[in-house]
Amino acid sequence: MKVNVLSIHKNRSIEKRIHAPNSKGKGISSKKIHHYKMKKVRTAYLFLAPSFIGVAVFVLIPFLDAFRRSFYEAMSGKFVGLKNYSIVLHNEAFLLAAKNTGKFLGICIPLLLTISLLFTVMLGSIKKKGEFFKTTFLIPMAIPVASVVLLWKVFFHKSGLINVVITAFGGTAIDFMNTDKAFYVLVFSYIWKNTGYDMVLWLAGLSGISVSLYEAAKMDGAGAFARLRYITIPELLPTIYITAVLSMVNSFKVFREAYLIAGDYPHESIYMLQHIFSNWFVSLDIQKMCTGAVIMAGVILLFILLLQIIDRKW
Amino acid sequence: MNYFRNFIKKNIAALILLLFAFLIIIPLWMVISGSFIGKNEITRNLAPVLSDGKGKAFWPILPQYPTFRPYIELLLDSPAFFAMFWNSCKQVIPILIGQLLIGVPAAWAFARFEFPLKKIIFTVYITLMIMPFQVTMVSSYLVLDHLKLLDTNFAIILPAIFATFPVFIMMKFFSSIPADLFEAAEIDGANEWNIFIRIGIPLGNSGIMSALVLGFLEQWNAIEPPLTFLDDKSNWPLSLYLPNIATDNVGVSLAASVIMMLPALLIFLFGQSYLEDGIKASGLKE
Repeated sequence: MKVNVLSIHKNRSIEKRIHAPNSKGKGISSKKIHHYKMKKVRTAYLFLAPSFIGVAVFVLIPFLDAFRRSFYEAMSGKFVGLKNYSIVLHNEAFLLAAKNTGKFLGICIPLLLTISLLFTVMLGSIKKKGEFFKTTFLIPMAIPVASVVLLWKVFFHKSGLINVVITAFGGTAIDFMNTDKAFYVLVFSYIWKNTGYDMVLWLAGLSGISVSLYEAAKMDGAGAFARLRYITIPELLPTIYITAVLSMVNSFKVFREAYLIAGDYPHESIYMLQHIFSNWFVSLDIQKMCTGAVIMAGVILLFILLLQIIDRKW
Repeated sequence: MNYFRNFIKKNIAALILLLFAFLIIIPLWMVISGSFIGKNEITRNLAPVLSDGKGKAFWPILPQYPTFRPYIELLLDSPAFFAMFWNSCKQVIPILIGQLLIGVPAAWAFARFEFPLKKIIFTVYITLMIMPFQVTMVSSYLVLDHLKLLDTNFAIILPAIFATFPVFIMMKFFSSIPADLFEAAEIDGANEWNIFIRIGIPLGNSGIMSALVLGFLEQWNAIEPPLTFLDDKSNWPLSLYLPNIATDNVGVSLAASVIMMLPALLIFLFGQSYLEDGIKASGLKE
């Protein structure tokens, strides 16, 4: 089949045939073109239908329903306007969770982007053993959360290994998981897990920059820093945008570690939006969940729009 | 001394990378070597951490008396572990098969055809891909409740099958197949179905593999969906149940961790290039 296809490769493409002028009066009429296109559209919808119907049934339609519900009272079914939003936005637990999640995103994403980009540049500078490091940094993606959680406990517990070292050097033990240090354990966990992923994205972005740019800059006497500032970073901008978005997607998954280490009610410094949703769920507070989901979706969309605007302006 | 300073200066990048690599290799080594430590020894070492006992946690670089006992005990005397492992399989395998059956044609539709509303539908797919579980959690709950599927494996399987991330990844690979190939086949009289089966799938094969590898790593780690949609703990997958084993029976917990980790590590070792291609594809701009 493949050989057959390739041998015909030199023929005129069907697209060209269709658009060729009717020089001999035997070309394909516009009616036929229309028919051809309609058939294509129908085929496309057939291919897409199973997926789209599923997405519509399991996500889109119910989300619209959740959107509608966010304006009604769950019990009486009365239209209450923005009252649910006011309740959720004045809910102390929600505010704490939103603040923590925002802080987490604000610290983690820039930190991860910087560290992974630095590592990628370092990887390029060492030439040898690059493959070894890349593989090693990707391994955390393959280690199931449940398998490392026990180790995180062993390291970060009040009588854990880190404290053994700290006290051996005469320091006082830190209770990582039950103080606001828990937040930084989560930050570490996120960086630990996602550096490899982001490095692969950076590598793909860097490989798209032409080497001649660097050579020209070197000829003009630009130092390593100048090259980073004036070539690498501007050329990488599209990659920065997409890497930031994907890092955000992955940042929500840090709930897995938080939940498996600390359960439903962790220290308040790592009480995230995910916790409050799962607690609302336990009490089946559908009204708040619907409203919360709409708010969260709205904020994420705004954030992405903002990133897009920055991306275009630069 | 001067020589030493020069060495550091020259190799600072490699040293920093090495340091970070240790942060990954050491925990991995600890889980694996720890799984061969006998029950009494490990209980003694970890009691301070896991059951708030007195003393301090301790972890030998090598087990004092390496033994297979934890594995034997786990495989022979822990029916709960088997049940949960089997639950994981019953959820993950149908999800991956479903994602392919549904997602491959959808990805093909986006890559191969122009049709009205394509842009809007694709934007919806990308948006859904970005949203965290919590945004769509209520929606899924409402449907699953309506369909009376809560507390069954279908509650985990069905919503996951329609995840849009695999569609996005595979679409990127399908788009990179030169269109000339399809046109040539069309002239040859092949219909769309044949083009899809004979050209699309074989040439987009690495995209399908990438989606599978990423999908497996994601689903093998599922925490939120089972936590939300499965009340009955006997339906829980291993990913959610494992920490319970750790507190109940420290002796076998590390062996259980290793067995949980094994499929994921194997897929990683054999599919690393697919994993990397998949990540790259997720980063390519349309």
